[in-house]
Amino acid sequence: MLTILFDGVAYGMLLFILAVGLAVTMGLMNFINLAHGAFAMAGGYITVLLMQRLDVPFLVCLPIAFVGTAVLGGVLERTLYRPLYHKAHLDQVLFSIGLVFMAVASVDYFVGSTQQIMQLPEWLKGRTEIGTGALMLGMGHYRLFIIAVCAALTVGLQYVLTKTRFGSRLRASVDDQRVAAGMGINVNIVFLSTFAFGSGLAGLGGALGAEVLGLDPSFPLKFMIYFLIVVAVGGTSSITGPLLAALLLGIADVAGKYYIPKLGAFIVYSLMILILIWRPQGLFVRKGGK
Amino acid sequence: MSNLQNTLLQARRFRWWEPVLWLLAFAAPLALPSHALIINEIAIVALFAISLDLILGYTGIVSLGHAAFFGLGGYAAALFAKHVMPDPLVGLAVGIGAATMLGAVASLTIMRGTDLTRLMVTLGVGLVMLELANKLDWLTGGADGLQGVMMGPVLGQFEFDLYGRTAAWYSLTVLLVFFLIARRIVQSPFGATLKAIRDNRLRAMAIGIPVTAKLAQVYTLAAALAGAAGALLTQTTGFASLDLFEFHRSADVMLILVIGGVGWLYGGILGAIGFKLLQDVISSITPQYWTFWVGLFLVVLVLVGRDRLFRPWTWFGAGRKAGAASKAGGH
Amino acid sequence: MNTTTSTTVLSAKGLVKRFGGITATNNVTLNLQKGARHALIGPNGAGKTTLINLLTGVLEPTEGSITLEGQDITRLAPHQRVQRGMVRTFQINQLFDTLTPLETLALTVSQHQGLGGKWWQPLGARKAVTERCEQLLEQFHLTSVMAEETRVLAYGKRRLLEIAIALACEPRVLLLDEPVAGVPAGEREELLQTVAALPADVSVLLIEHDMDLVFSFANRMTVLVNGTVLTEGDPDTIANDPQVKAVYLGHGEDAHV
Repeated sequence: MLTILFDGVAYGMLLFILAVGLAVTMGLMNFINLAHGAFAMAGGYITVLLMQRLDVPFLVCLPIAFVGTAVLGGVLERTLYRPLYHKAHLDQVLFSIGLVFMAVASVDYFVGSTQQIMQLPEWLKGRTEIGTGALMLGMGHYRLFIIAVCAALTVGLQYVLTKTRFGSRLRASVDDQRVAAGMGINVNIVFLSTFAFGSGLAGLGGALGAEVLGLDPSFPLKFMIYFLIVVAVGGTSSITGPLLAALLLGIADVAGKYYIPKLGAFIVYSLMILILIWRPQGLFVRKGGK
Repeated sequence: MSNLQNTLLQARRFRWWEPVLWLLAFAAPLALPSHALIINEIAIVALFAISLDLILGYTGIVSLGHAAFFGLGGYAAALFAKHVMPDPLVGLAVGIGAATMLGAVASLTIMRGTDLTRLMVTLGVGLVMLELANKLDWLTGGADGLQGVMMGPVLGQFEFDLYGRTAAWYSLTVLLVFFLIARRIVQSPFGATLKAIRDNRLRAMAIGIPVTAKLAQVYTLAAALAGAAGALLTQTTGFASLDLFEFHRSADVMLILVIGGVGWLYGGILGAIGFKLLQDVISSITPQYWTFWVGLFLVVLVLVGRDRLFRPWTWFGAGRKAGAASKAGGH
Repeated sequence: MNTTTSTTVLSAKGLVKRFGGITATNNVTLNLQKGARHALIGPNGAGKTTLINLLTGVLEPTEGSITLEGQDITRLAPHQRVQRGMVRTFQINQLFDTLTPLETLALTVSQHQGLGGKWWQPLGARKAVTERCEQLLEQFHLTSVMAEETRVLAYGKRRLLEIAIALACEPRVLLLDEPVAGVPAGEREELLQTVAALPADVSVLLIEHDMDLVFSFANRMTVLVNGTVLTEGDPDTIANDPQVKAVYLGHGEDAHV
C-alpha cells in the first residue's frame, strides 16, 4: 500500500509539472489551450530522438527538452496565440484542437506511431525496498528521481512567484490585466515569458514522463483530460491548488487502477464530474479569487 | 395581419430553395445509386450536427462530449435489434429513449460553472461513456465491437438492400422529421428564450426566464436527437463500435457546425455535406493524414475569423439587416 | 417614516452583505410604498447597485430579509422574483445583441404571458404578443429600428430598449439603475416622463445621480452612504438636511454628483 502511495505521489508530481504551465496561462490569459499536451509530447520526442539518434545522455536531454519546448512555446505565443486572446472560448477550443491534430499527425508522419522506448541510464534503474510485508515501501529509483526533480521545481516556482519581481508582475497581471498594464507592467512580455516557461515545463514533464506514461503520437489526446482536471479542480489562482489536485489525481488513479482494475479510469472521470458539479470553481480556489 | 406580425413571421416561411434541396436529397439515392452509402452517412452526421447546434449555436453551451449520446443511442438500438426485435423504428425509439435519459441526467452537469468547467464535464461524460462501453465488453463487445446487427424491414415493407438505398431514404426521412421539429422549436418562444440565454444569461434571468430548467430541457432534447443519429448509424451499418464514443466524433461534429455555420439549422446540414465530401476527397489522397488537414483548417479558420469566412445566411438575404459580425441565423 | 404600512409593496429589513472583509451593505432597511416614485441617492460606491442586486436576488444577503407584497422572497431565485412582478433595469445595458428589438420584446412579452415554454407555435403567432410589442416600440421610439440587430443600434436606442424590456415584463415593482446614464440631455426628461407616467399602481425605485431629475421625479428619497442608510424622507426635507449637504460637500444639493 505504501508503494502505491509512493507511485501515486510520483505520478502526481509529474502531472503537476506537466499541468502547472496550463494552470498559470489559463489564469493569466483566460485562454483555453487544449494543445498544452502537444508541448509535453514535443519534449518527450526531443529527448527520445536525441538519445536514440545522437547518443546524448539522458540528463543532458532534460534541459534541452525544456529549452527547446520553451522556445517553441514562445514562438507560437507570439505568432498564433496572441491574436486570439480576446476571441470566444469556442474559437480557442477549436484552435487548440486544430493544433493538437496537426501535432499528432506530424509526429505520426515523421517519427511513426509506435511507442517510443526510453533507455534510462543505469543509475536510474533499479529499486530500493524498505520494510517488509504489507507496509513495504518499494521505491523505484526513477520515480524517486522524478519526485526529487519535481519537488525542486515546485520549490523553485513558488520562490519565483513570491520572491521575485517577475513573480509579482505575473501575479498582478493574473489578478487584473488592465490595472497591471496601467502600472507600467509590460503585459505582453509577461504573457510571452509565462507561456514559454509553462510550455518548457510541459516539455520537461514529457521528457521525464516518457518512461512512466508512455510516448506515442496520441499522447496529447490521451492526457489532455488529466491536465484539464488538474486545472479545473485545482483552480488557476495559485500553484498550490493544482499541486494538491495533481497529487490527489495521481494517487487516485494509481490506487484505482491497482485495487479496482475493472473500473480504472472510470473512477477518476466520475470523481471529476462530481467535484465540478459540487464546486464549479474548483476545489482549491482562494476565497475571492477567480 | 399587422406589419409587425409579418416581420416576425417572415423568418418562419420556407424559402424557395428549401423544398428544392430536400427533393434533391431524396432523389439522390435514386440518381446516384453507387453513392447511397455516403448519402446515408451525410444524413446521419447532419442530424448529429443539428442536435449539437441546439445546444451550441442556439443556447451557447460548448460541449466536447456530445458523442456520449450518439454512442449510447447507437449501442442501445444495436443491442435492441440483436436481442429483442429487429424492427428499425422501434429500435430507433429505444435508442432515442436511452439517449434522452442520459441527457436528462447529464444536464445536471452543465448548469453551473464557466465555459471551461462545462468543457471539462462534457468531455468527462464522453470519456466515462467510452470507458463504460470498453469495460462492459460482455455487453458491448468491447474493442471488437458489436457485430451482426441484422435489421428487419422498415415499416414491415422496405428491406434494407445491399446498395444502401433503403438505408439512405430511411436516414433522410428521420433527418427531415427531426429537422422540421427542430425548426419549429427554434422559431418558437421557447427557442427565443434559448437565444436569450445564449446572448445574455443575466438578462434572461432578469426577465423571468427559468434558465436552469431551460438548460435541462434543451440539453435533453439535443441528447435525444444525437441518440437518434447514433441509432441510425448502427442500424444502417449493422455494426456498433467504441468509435461511436471517441473524442474525434465530438470534435468532428463541432467542426461541421463551424463549417456550415452555428446557430442556423442548415448549417449542420450543409456542414455535413461539405465535411463528408471533403473527407472523401482528402482521404483518397492522403488516407492517414486527414487529421492534419482538419487541424490546419481549424487553425486557419479561427485565425482568419469564423465570421469572415462563412456567413451563408446573408447570401440568402432573410429580410433582416444583419450586423457586420453577426453569427445568428434567420431560423 | 421607516415603518411598514399596509401599502408597502417591497420591504427590505436589516439587509447586510459582506464580501470577505468588506461590508457593502450595512443593516439597510427600506420600504417602498405602492405607487411610489422613490429615489435612492448617494455618492459613488455607496452600495446602491449592490442593494438592487440583493433585492433582485442576484446576490444573496449575509443577513436580513426581503418581502414583496407581503411574501418573503429572501430565498427566491432571480427569475422567480421577476415572475412575481419585481423587475429591474441595469446601469450598463444588458441586451441580447444578436436579436432585434422586436424579437427581444416579443420574447419578453411571451415569457411574461406564460408562453415561454411553447415550442410549436412561432414567436409572432399570438396577436396579444405582437400588439403589446407594437405599443412598446411606439412608446420608446424604437419602431424605426425594430428589425435591426441590437448590436448595431446607437447607444441612445439601446438604452431605450433596456427600459422597454423591463416594461414588457409588466412590472408591479420597477427598480431602475441609473436609467438615463449616457442618454443625451434633451432626451432624459422624456425618458423619465415615460417612467413617471406609468400607472399609479406600479411602484418605482430609482437610482440616479442627476439631481434635477431626481427632485422633479421623486416623492420620497433614501440617501445611502457607505452601505448604510443615512436618512429617508420627502424631497424637501432631504434637500435641506445638513447631513445630506455635508455628504455632497461643495457641490450643492442640485448639482450632478
